[in-house]
Amino acid sequence: MRTVAPARQSRGAPAFDVERVRADFPILKLKLAGKPLVYLDNAASSQMPQPVIDRIVRYRTTQHSNIHRAVHTLSETATREYEEARSKVARFINAREEREVIFTSGTTDAINLVMHGYGRKFIGKDDEIILTTLEHHSNIVPWQMLAEEKGAKIRVVPVNDAGELEIDAYEKLFNEHTRFVGVMHVSNALGTVNPIKAMIAFAHARGVPVLIDGAQAAPHLKLDVQDLDCDFYAFSGHKVCGPTGVGALYGKAAVLERMQPFKGGGDMILSVTFEKTTYNTIPFKFEAGTPPIAGAIGLGAAVEYLSALGMDAIAAHELDLLNYATEEINRMPGVRIIGTAEKKAAVLSFAIEGVHPHDVGTLLNQDGIAVRTGHHCAQPVMKRFGVPATSRASFAFYNTLAEVDALVAGIRNVQKVFT
Amino acid sequence: MADPKALYQEVILDHNRKPRNWGALAHASHRAEGHNPLCGDHLKLALNVDGGRIEAIAFEGESCAICKASASMMTAAVKGRTREEAEMLIREFRDMATGKLDPARALHLGRLAVFAGVRDLPTRVKCAILPWHTLHAAFNAVASATTEAEDDPMHAPLGNA
Repeated sequence: MRTVAPARQSRGAPAFDVERVRADFPILKLKLAGKPLVYLDNAASSQMPQPVIDRIVRYRTTQHSNIHRAVHTLSETATREYEEARSKVARFINAREEREVIFTSGTTDAINLVMHGYGRKFIGKDDEIILTTLEHHSNIVPWQMLAEEKGAKIRVVPVNDAGELEIDAYEKLFNEHTRFVGVMHVSNALGTVNPIKAMIAFAHARGVPVLIDGAQAAPHLKLDVQDLDCDFYAFSGHKVCGPTGVGALYGKAAVLERMQPFKGGGDMILSVTFEKTTYNTIPFKFEAGTPPIAGAIGLGAAVEYLSALGMDAIAAHELDLLNYATEEINRMPGVRIIGTAEKKAAVLSFAIEGVHPHDVGTLLNQDGIAVRTGHHCAQPVMKRFGVPATSRASFAFYNTLAEVDALVAGIRNVQKVFT
Repeated sequence: MADPKALYQEVILDHNRKPRNWGALAHASHRAEGHNPLCGDHLKLALNVDGGRIEAIAFEGESCAICKASASMMTAAVKGRTREEAEMLIREFRDMATGKLDPARALHLGRLAVFAGVRDLPTRVKCAILPWHTLHAAFNAVASATTEAEDDPMHAPLGNA
């Protein structure tokens, strides 16, 4: 195993003390079968730091009640904390207004909200929806359901051999029937960072709104929805060191106002009679029923934690990890990296010649290394690259160069077992 | 927990490298395809049952080492056996792989007991069992077996024609 020169640790980045950061994450102290946990499955779900855990415990132990309901102290406290979480999320993505942030159960729920609230109202027969080959199933299936219901069509942006979207082909897909674009910011399967700002501008020039699936971007990149000018941006709590069961949908206020509600129920109404119901204003129109209050407060604490570390510092450290891992793995005979885009987030999909990813995953697990193996809920991507599945190491800011060394040694061991 | 390292024993690695009974069968009396949507394991199984015995059996497909070795060792184990004997092996293998049967008491499995290690790896149990699902499906004239579907033929009582 190579030792890492200290210069590497700080290359091109403000000082980022990874050991101090790791101390915030109790789960990273785990040993599995006597080996220290090397957690490289962050694209599936990230781990939670102590301040976020503490925040949730504090809510549970001293602040819990239902929100927007009663006049008693606890209800007012819970309401205030929940709304404070909304403003933290709004700041995290630089939304213009807090009411542009809707709490959902996650990215999938957010995309389904847009499909029902916007798609079912504004997309009809023979209209076209542009998606990309890279999309996660969660940004494919809802639109297929809509297309089937309405008789609309789905057009798909191809990718090149590096895993980058073919932008010329994207632009040629537009015609007078184009009504909507859905594209992911960062590919969960390959790590590609898509040029969404230019794609959004191109769509807007033709009057077409754009939804960005930001599930894999929010943990890695500094977000500015005003600068991107997207109409919708969706991400999940549990991929940004927050809890599962909560996520956020950003929508431009003007667009959200025109949409129909997704779910009906309490909290999303102003008045109800059997003759007529008047819907609440945004964001409440889209938050029917009791929301995941503790989850939202945890998400607020999580984005605050990330912002305090600094998204630029996080991105710089992760780029060091990605570059080092890419260099090391490229040096290994019989290992191929799938997804070699020029702009990538810290996601590394790879194939070991002659070894199925599931065997890779099981053997790496014996060394305490957690990677994801499978199709990553992106079967069109697997088909495009002619593989049934890949092994994927996905890094977070709390991973170290020594953990990259552990991964490389683990891959070498897999090759040894299978020679 | 059993040492999962035991799973990748030489016998499994050997059958993965050089699968026995690999290929297609021109004249098969029974065929089925097995599919594990979780990891993309996919195999085609064909056999020829003549006079109540499995005279010939072959498989091909794309899968992980556990699935391929399991298929290879299964075909070697059931060749020349009666359907009833094969179904007893299916039952025993399934029960061993899912932890319902102590490998020491799996009297008919012989070297197939090497797959006992999957018991502690729930995501890999399906890889090991898929060929056996597929054999069961072939006997029962079910066109395809999957490790995920509700109409999983393994949920049907064994031996039903």
